[in-house]
Amino acid sequence: MAKKTECVAMLLAGGQGSRLGILTKNIAKPAVPYGGKYRIIDFPLSNCVNSGIYTVGVLTQYQPLVLNDYIGNGQPWDLDRTNGGVHILSPYQQIKGSEWYKGTANAIYQNINFIDRYDPEYVLVLSGDHIYKMDYSKMITFHKEKQADCTIAMLEVPWEEASRFGLMILNEDGSISEFEEKPKNPRSNKASMGVYVFTWKKLRQYLIDDENKEGSSNDFGKDVIPAMHGDGQRMFAYQFDGYWKDVGTIGSLWDANLDLLNPKIGLDLSDDSWRIYSRNPSLPPHYISPEATIQNSMITEGCEIEGTVDFSVMFANVTVEEGALVQYSIVMPGAVIKKGAVVQYSIVAENTVIDENAVVGQCPEDTKPGEWGVAVVGENVHIGKGVKIKANTMTDKDVEPSAVE
Amino acid sequence: MRVNNIVGIIYSNAYDSALSELTALRTMGSVPFGGRYRLIDFALSEMVNSGITKVGVITKNNYRSLMDHLGTGKSWDLSRKKDGMFILPPFSNADSHKAYNNRIEALTGTLDFIRNSKEDYVVMCDCNVLCNIDLGKFFHAHIESGADITIAYHHGKTPATDPVTFELDGSGRIISAPLANISSEESDYSLNIYVLRRSLLERLINEANSMGCTSFLRDVIGRNLEKLKIYGYEVADFVRVIDSLQSYFNISLELLDKDNRKALFHPERPVYTKVRDNESAFYALGSNVGNSLVADGCKIYGTVENCILFRDVVVSKNAVVRNSIIMQDSYIGEGARAENVIFDKGVTLKPGKVLCGALDYPVYVGKNITV
Repeated sequence: MAKKTECVAMLLAGGQGSRLGILTKNIAKPAVPYGGKYRIIDFPLSNCVNSGIYTVGVLTQYQPLVLNDYIGNGQPWDLDRTNGGVHILSPYQQIKGSEWYKGTANAIYQNINFIDRYDPEYVLVLSGDHIYKMDYSKMITFHKEKQADCTIAMLEVPWEEASRFGLMILNEDGSISEFEEKPKNPRSNKASMGVYVFTWKKLRQYLIDDENKEGSSNDFGKDVIPAMHGDGQRMFAYQFDGYWKDVGTIGSLWDANLDLLNPKIGLDLSDDSWRIYSRNPSLPPHYISPEATIQNSMITEGCEIEGTVDFSVMFANVTVEEGALVQYSIVMPGAVIKKGAVVQYSIVAENTVIDENAVVGQCPEDTKPGEWGVAVVGENVHIGKGVKIKANTMTDKDVEPSAVE
Repeated sequence: MRVNNIVGIIYSNAYDSALSELTALRTMGSVPFGGRYRLIDFALSEMVNSGITKVGVITKNNYRSLMDHLGTGKSWDLSRKKDGMFILPPFSNADSHKAYNNRIEALTGTLDFIRNSKEDYVVMCDCNVLCNIDLGKFFHAHIESGADITIAYHHGKTPATDPVTFELDGSGRIISAPLANISSEESDYSLNIYVLRRSLLERLINEANSMGCTSFLRDVIGRNLEKLKIYGYEVADFVRVIDSLQSYFNISLELLDKDNRKALFHPERPVYTKVRDNESAFYALGSNVGNSLVADGCKIYGTVENCILFRDVVVSKNAVVRNSIIMQDSYIGEGARAENVIFDKGVTLKPGKVLCGALDYPVYVGKNITV
């Protein structure tokens, strides 16, 4: 039996993130690079550690290779521990056969034994696709104070965007009276962040019941939460103030990266008291040549910049050669932008080469109304000399000059 | 040939006095270098990349910063159950309470470590020699030549740290090892990187002690040139010896040259260091940076030219920094100007202040000082 632990975190990292298209062709969404040095999963993992939660189960299913390798023994997050630590939980074979995780609730259900080993009072359920810094320990304290069975983290979103979220309508005491899933005419702007604290005894029973229920989709939002609510369990909303972003789409991933360049956005990555940890590639500092110009951008270790970089985020080991221009773009680790190439309003994935004088992406003003979007070039792709890649496209195969002529 | 049949020994304090400003509060090994490293990272990484899994780090004094940097050796994959990194502080016995004064005494103090190692060979090196060589090749050359001891040397301008120079015969055997004549411009000088059998090292230390010798190179090597087969191994790659504050300054700025960077930060032999988990460096609107090496966590609003900026340095609006080495957590205030300076960790240059050295006489500002 493992040592008794007050709270175990379960991080749902099995999702494909299909709306990220070719970026998640070979990697799970939580492994998508973000913010120059990180992968998305660094945020919930670092939040756990900074909140004093040292037992974390990471539920993986879709393309887990990169993610498993990245998490490894959890050392970058101080999660290589004698008691607890990070555990990769993949679907496994059981006596009655093997099953994939059918839904978020089923993923936890299949790992009841893992959680029981720690005999926790509370279980924190997180998703691996949000960018935010949050002290979960405060939320757990709130959960205790309210003697709640389930506490859902909640964020007030602008009314005009409210219809994109799962919303909650609250009673005066902060308890939840109603849920609305992406309503056309929202009656509330209090959106669920996909962060839950459950009293384990209660959740355990509901997971078993849900599993036995025919026709259930075994999903937290669709099945378990409504069932608990229907039974009148004590459910509360915990208000979070601060930066929170779901990076589920290409547009929002691009936005969330560029947010880092905006001093008005409240996501401070340089805060010593709440570091976001990541696996380190052991590269020297980046070099800026005499010819280079860099404006309002982030540049990471190992980069060699000889061209112009404006309003962009450059990940580790990116090369921008002389005369190349990178604007409003996200360039992921190891990519090379050759001489004279132009990359604008784009996401260039890992180890891709944009050859000389190629043009990737377009400015919004150069496209017809309604046609603009971020251009995405997938990993390990070669974009040939002089090739033009239009806005709002995804390219996951090499494009050679002859192919376009 | 199994490279993990070698135990590594690094002297973290060698030639501290050559860089007295930077080593006032630390060892040579923990002198910051290259934007995010300490000098010992190069020797340690070299060993680890060559497959050595047991390294002893000999320290003498001021080693708190070194201990802090090395920790358990995790960053170099040297935090291990079997072998790993061993910090060897001075060993004081009942009759001598002072730390050792020379390499022989240092080695004598670590005889237990050497004796208790299982490996057949020992590689020893210092921290003031900056290079990234393949120690596997070095070891291989040692075995091939059938030498008793092999010492790495470099041909170039003789450094000012009283090095020993070598005279070699056609086979690479060292026939004489005179002290460098400082006036001599170029020579084949010792890099103090040795490989030899562990049993031989033990014997040599005991002999040297009984004869009251003090210098490993002069007395032990010099006296045994005939009795033992001592060979030289030329390192033709990028090698620099830090022998003064001026050379520290110059060598640092040499990293602005692409070829030097490629040689020192060889992709096949990465240099590991303690991780600080900084975010990427931020370049604000209106910043102006050219020909500089910048580490993560920096925030740049002003002008930076020909500089090495360590982690978490802030260069404020309208500030200008040129030809300078600015270490971790330093802050350059608004409108301030610094040229040809070396700022140790955590230096603050107040808004509007101007501090200029000369290229051949850089100004050094000590740790946590506010100007």
